[in-house]
Amino acid sequence: MERRVVITGMGWVTPLGLDIESVWKRMLAGESGIGPTTLFDASAFPTSFSAQVKDFDLSDFLGADAARHEGASRNSRFALAAAARAWRAAGLDDHAQLDRTRVGVYLGGGEGPLDFFPFAEAALAGCRNERGELMPLDTVRWAETALRVLNQTNELEQDPNLAGGHLAVQFRVEGPNINTLTACAASTQAIGEATRLIQYGDADVMISGGTHSMIHPLGVTGFSRLTALSTRNDTCLTASRPFDRTRDGFVLGEGSGILILEELEHAKRRGARILAEIVGYGSTADAFRITDIHEEGRGAIAAMQRALQSAGMSPKDIDYISAHGTGTEENDKIESLAIRGVFGDRVGLPPYQGGTQGGHVLISSIKSMVGHLIAAAGAVELITCVLAIRDGIVPPTINYSTPDPNCSLDYVPNAARRIPVRACLSNSFGFGGQNDTLAVKAFA
Amino acid sequence: MNRRRVVITGLGVATPIGIGIDAFWDGLLQKRCGIRRVEAFDPSGLPVQIAGELPAFQLGDYIPKSYRKSAKVMARDIMIAVLCAYHAVTDAKLVTKCIIERGEHPGPTNVDSTRFGANIGAGLICADLSELAGALSTAADEQGRFDLRRWGAEGINNLTPLWLLKFLPNMLACHVTIVHDAQAPSNTITCCEASSHLAIGEAYRTIARGDADVCICGGAESKTNPMAMTRPHLFGRVNTSDNDRPERASRPFAADRAGSVLSDGGGLVILEALEHARARGAKIYGEIVGFGAGSSASSWSAPDPSGRAIAIALRKALADAETPADRVDLLAPFGTGTRNYDAAEAAAWNEVFGSRLSEIPAMTTRGAIGVNGAGTGAIDFAATVTALARNTIPPSLNTSNPDPASRFRFVQDDPKDARITHAVTVSYALAGGQTAALVVRKVEE
Repeated sequence: MERRVVITGMGWVTPLGLDIESVWKRMLAGESGIGPTTLFDASAFPTSFSAQVKDFDLSDFLGADAARHEGASRNSRFALAAAARAWRAAGLDDHAQLDRTRVGVYLGGGEGPLDFFPFAEAALAGCRNERGELMPLDTVRWAETALRVLNQTNELEQDPNLAGGHLAVQFRVEGPNINTLTACAASTQAIGEATRLIQYGDADVMISGGTHSMIHPLGVTGFSRLTALSTRNDTCLTASRPFDRTRDGFVLGEGSGILILEELEHAKRRGARILAEIVGYGSTADAFRITDIHEEGRGAIAAMQRALQSAGMSPKDIDYISAHGTGTEENDKIESLAIRGVFGDRVGLPPYQGGTQGGHVLISSIKSMVGHLIAAAGAVELITCVLAIRDGIVPPTINYSTPDPNCSLDYVPNAARRIPVRACLSNSFGFGGQNDTLAVKAFA
Repeated sequence: MNRRRVVITGLGVATPIGIGIDAFWDGLLQKRCGIRRVEAFDPSGLPVQIAGELPAFQLGDYIPKSYRKSAKVMARDIMIAVLCAYHAVTDAKLVTKCIIERGEHPGPTNVDSTRFGANIGAGLICADLSELAGALSTAADEQGRFDLRRWGAEGINNLTPLWLLKFLPNMLACHVTIVHDAQAPSNTITCCEASSHLAIGEAYRTIARGDADVCICGGAESKTNPMAMTRPHLFGRVNTSDNDRPERASRPFAADRAGSVLSDGGGLVILEALEHARARGAKIYGEIVGFGAGSSASSWSAPDPSGRAIAIALRKALADAETPADRVDLLAPFGTGTRNYDAAEAAAWNEVFGSRLSEIPAMTTRGAIGVNGAGTGAIDFAATVTALARNTIPPSLNTSNPDPASRFRFVQDDPKDARITHAVTVSYALAGGQTAALVVRKVEE
């Protein structure tokens, strides 16, 4: 018999706050976590705002244990905080009989930032001669400075698997420990693969999700050069406009979402509270182009279909889709097309645009409120799916004012909506054509 | 759960001693060493000046003509993966989009793209230093110091618009899946040196449960650049004392080992459902029967001296393979040549194999090719599978002066003929604490 995988704990660190319930309330109220970037002086960059995590102190989550993780990157710290909340919520702190070789970690953890200012110092030393004139890189001069100014801990923390390493030590777990970095799809993929590990019997419990901050000079540089970011510097609070005709790119966010995934019988035996069940997962590659999504949404359609198929479900079983919904021209158009392709007559319009109340699948993007958490986005979005199921309410897509003929679905504009939610899909699509979809369902 | 059998039908490697499985294998048998003074840039400012660079290659030999312009957005890590993919696909006699578009086969394809997946380990891809440093250096103030506002306002425009896409780790898998049209489950594992084993293990599970019929999996990474050679030096992991005798520098499990030696390289292998391979008459190297993974709960930056996390991976892989340790007849330890990790790894093998450890033949490629990060494990896997298929154990370079605590039976001189039925290979991350092991066995005709 197939082993079933349930969610028994959740935690997150988001631009709207640091605990599940208060952030959820703010999402349902349609609040924005976006503001001017203060982590570094971004004032001269094409985009000078982002959705930052505020008032974060790891010792609020780990107490004295925070000192063990001194020097940990923002990625690792966010993951530790979110995991501490999830682990406690799952009641695993008090569970003495845990076989720790059967508890693992599967994260979509982002790379840590380049140690930017020391790196820039070395770059200048290597590319300017004694008179300050530009010259081609001299690696000998570069190395002289680099070896002096680069810091061991900051370099170590750049490896994307370090967050998982911190979690294993903090929670004393010795099972499979894996990190995926499929760009913006990473944490959805991590949760999907962690689910498969438990189903297969490789582990009983997995700490899974994602963590990422790219709100640093080179992160913003990279996305700015791709013209992927919104540049509404003067109206940043409302800059993230998924599916709206006036959308002009995504807003960079940061944070972590962590879920405790557990084999059903294992959860039952220890009397754990079961929040929802992960029933389906689909992963595909567009295999199309590095720079563009397949025009017909081929890979996205296949990912949603695989998720439904592996769940033994059909579109009529799904009440809510947490969209990837980045707010870029291309993603939102093609994702809408793909959803229409999979859901057919299950899609509709919101009531005030002539749609019916109820009966069709609702779609929203919380990126309108928290921005795009990149590798961590999917995990945070899956958590909102679980909460939507629990509370029978779907979070809105805020900043929606101008319908786009290429995106004509019910995106739950601007106000949360109460509907019974039996099951959800959560979509994440990464640069280069990586598509991942999870199906999550009320536990019964 | 219905578990399908999974076999290995293609091997593609890029190593300092040879590109392609045959050249690499010949290099191992001939005891060639690929470590020498770095030629790609002037290393004289670095404490370590030796590494394992790849033989020259032309990317155009491995992709369709129409894809050549994409090379501009490929970091070297990505190029190595694309090269390995071509070798793996041709070795497996798969007819993919790439092979047809290159005119090497009239078609049609013999693998369904929607059942063809990828799982490719990648490292933290280093920026092209001359490109990034050159751009940054344009943003200096009057005193010659870096000015972030100048950078944000103008300097960033010195980077090509697609700059970021060269360095995303998942771009190895993206380029490979585009070139060969692989649309099924696709993942990128980023766990440093453990990446390849974890990627191959996950691909094995993906096929076993029926989500794909064929997967191209493994890993690739380039470490022979100034940034990648500086970082591990800061952690004290690399050998800085053998610049004058590079061919002796990488000494796995040796009493006088002095640190790891960096290299470029990668390996991608074709895993395939047994019935799929048989139906198309594919050559079968062996069967993958066990996968185990573990994690260090004691530190993310140093091994537990007991090697506990490595032992957990070994035990799990053997249990998964339903293979008792006493049926294993070839061991492929990882042996990065570092003081503490080699000691921990030796302790782990000792614990799992006990007194039999010194009787089982062993092999390591580390002396010949060093450590390239994410691709190392797949090269080891390919070497192990080749040994299994050919019943030949290659000599292991620089293992003649073993640490007394290491009881491996490495072959020293001529390759040794031996019937091999079960082999075990392992790897671990030099930072992060991840471990993984794989068990392969012969498929009876």
